[in-house]
Amino acid sequence: MKLALLSSLLRAVEMAQIDLNNIAHSYLAAPSSEDDFALKKLNVSWQDGGAYALLGPSGCGKTTLLNIISGLLQPTQGAVLFDGADITTSPPEVRNIAQIFQFPVIYDTMTVYHNLAFPLQNRKVPKHEIDARVRRLADMLELSKYLPRKARDLSADEKQKISLGRGLVREDVTAILFDEPLTVIDPQLKWSLRSQLKRLHAEFNHTMIYVTHDQTEALTFADQIIVMSEGEVVQTASPQELFERPAHTFVGQFIGSPGMNVLPCALDGHHISLAGHTINVGCNVTLPSGAECIELGVRPEFVKVTDNNDALPVTVEAIEDAGRYRIARLRFRGLQLAAILPDGAPPPSETAGVLFDADNVHIYADGHLVGKRA
Amino acid sequence: MQKTHDHKALWLVAPALLLVAFTAVIPLMTVVNYSVQDTFGNNQFFWVGAEWYREILQSDRFHAAFLRQIAFSATVLAIEIPLGLAIALSMPKKGISVSVCLVLMALPLLIPWNVVGTIWQIFARVDIGLLGYTLNGLGVDYNYTQNVGAAWATLIIMDVWHWTSLVVLLCYAGLVAIPPVYYQAARIDGASRWAVFRYIELPKMSRVLLIAVLLRFMDSFMIYTEPFVVTGGGPGNATTFLSVDLVKMAIGQFDLGPAAALSVIYFLIVILVSWAFYTIMTREDFEPSGGVR
Repeated sequence: MKLALLSSLLRAVEMAQIDLNNIAHSYLAAPSSEDDFALKKLNVSWQDGGAYALLGPSGCGKTTLLNIISGLLQPTQGAVLFDGADITTSPPEVRNIAQIFQFPVIYDTMTVYHNLAFPLQNRKVPKHEIDARVRRLADMLELSKYLPRKARDLSADEKQKISLGRGLVREDVTAILFDEPLTVIDPQLKWSLRSQLKRLHAEFNHTMIYVTHDQTEALTFADQIIVMSEGEVVQTASPQELFERPAHTFVGQFIGSPGMNVLPCALDGHHISLAGHTINVGCNVTLPSGAECIELGVRPEFVKVTDNNDALPVTVEAIEDAGRYRIARLRFRGLQLAAILPDGAPPPSETAGVLFDADNVHIYADGHLVGKRA
Repeated sequence: MQKTHDHKALWLVAPALLLVAFTAVIPLMTVVNYSVQDTFGNNQFFWVGAEWYREILQSDRFHAAFLRQIAFSATVLAIEIPLGLAIALSMPKKGISVSVCLVLMALPLLIPWNVVGTIWQIFARVDIGLLGYTLNGLGVDYNYTQNVGAAWATLIIMDVWHWTSLVVLLCYAGLVAIPPVYYQAARIDGASRWAVFRYIELPKMSRVLLIAVLLRFMDSFMIYTEPFVVTGGGPGNATTFLSVDLVKMAIGQFDLGPAAALSVIYFLIVILVSWAFYTIMTREDFEPSGGVR
């Protein structure tokens, strides 16, 4: 009774924003230390109609976070707010959330039509309305010709479209959660499904939260990317910002291909030295007191291979051809770094020099970006 | 490269062929051989053609035993399959209690058939058996040696006690093999408990259920030891199932020809019904009867 009331209430207010307040989760019954938490304390806000990606390596807590939003998991601590209303303890069926899983979930014995109609039938929507919605949606998802067929006879990408359709068919749905939905889809179909997702997002303006460990997927899908590592959010930013100003060495290394060069360095006034050699760019930062590990981060895109005298002398270990560009694997006194070679540049000889682009050299103290002094 | 044409490959299949020959083909053909001949001992045989088959198929004795057999199998299946399914659904999915449940379930399956028969024969006796004595003490007229209903009830309860576990274990294996994501999707779709059973659990269990139905059908259709030990086919002929009848004919009366013919017919019936179950259950994998087309 209470649930039904809550559910109708939630539907009536047409929710917009999702807030996670001090959410933490442990899969253990009695977590004692920080390490017992799969998800460490975090605060995230998702604006209505945003396209978000949760990016991070396997096991970093992305799916846990997603299941907390959908209500499949009860967080150990904290509150989930939908437009300010606390729904932490509400079950998934009253949350108006759709979730698409890694493996396409379809009801084998049902037809495609029945699969799409199922969430509405469960919610006692009148029959003619179900029919209209299912047919409209099938048109949009290009599933119309399959409607009378058994869902299990379809291919993986079509099955995944059915799971997506079961979410979209509910018009009151506020947010659609994707849990690595393209894992089992053939590469060439991934692109078409992803662009279809973007189109649906533009059309319905649902909040979409997309979990993935594939940076290309995250960067092409989302306006805002939340990068996670070991149960913590390390940075929330636009794709461009993640590329230009990674807030953490993890983000730098995880995003980009190859990832950012992270090299231990020493600061001497305005000079930066790598393994005893002062490099071509200076810096203007104040280190936090007590910082133990100082590192320099520079993306391979901003490392220029040259024979300039000021350059850091490196040995060239290998040249990799990545198709659109070539990567030079370099070594300087035990430090390994990568550089992207410009188009048409002749391959460097065995010894060369590198220069860093001053604007794109970042200093990290214990992994965290140290801001430039004004 | 020149291909060599010889028959060496036959040697590779020979062991399997020999094994099948000695375990299946030769014994079966021996029975078929008996079923078309008559013998008066002294190893003398006379060709009678389909005579025995005609005699068996037209005999009231066979019809009665056949109907009893069908009734028994149908009752046993109708109880054991739903009951096994229900127990499997209510069993815990994780924790230490899983092992406890599984061991408890496996116990009846470890007991030899004739021991099961003996246990129930004693358990249900009216003079010393706990069940029989108690029932009579409560005023129930229960005596499986005199009362047809009591004899049937005893055999059916005994079979349910002995074999429901098998259905439970098979169904449970099917249930735990369902990925949790199906249940999660169903929760998001707002599916009721019944819908989860109807559209997720039942379809995913259809294969193991088929195996359960086939095994229980074949076993119950060929039941011999337990009724032989408990009721001996009685009272009268009330629990003389096909196999009991067959043994009476072959060993008791030494009518080798008719008994062989009955064996072949029996064999064909088991195959035919099993095939029918298989065909029906795999054709649509439990097609939803309602639902939108």
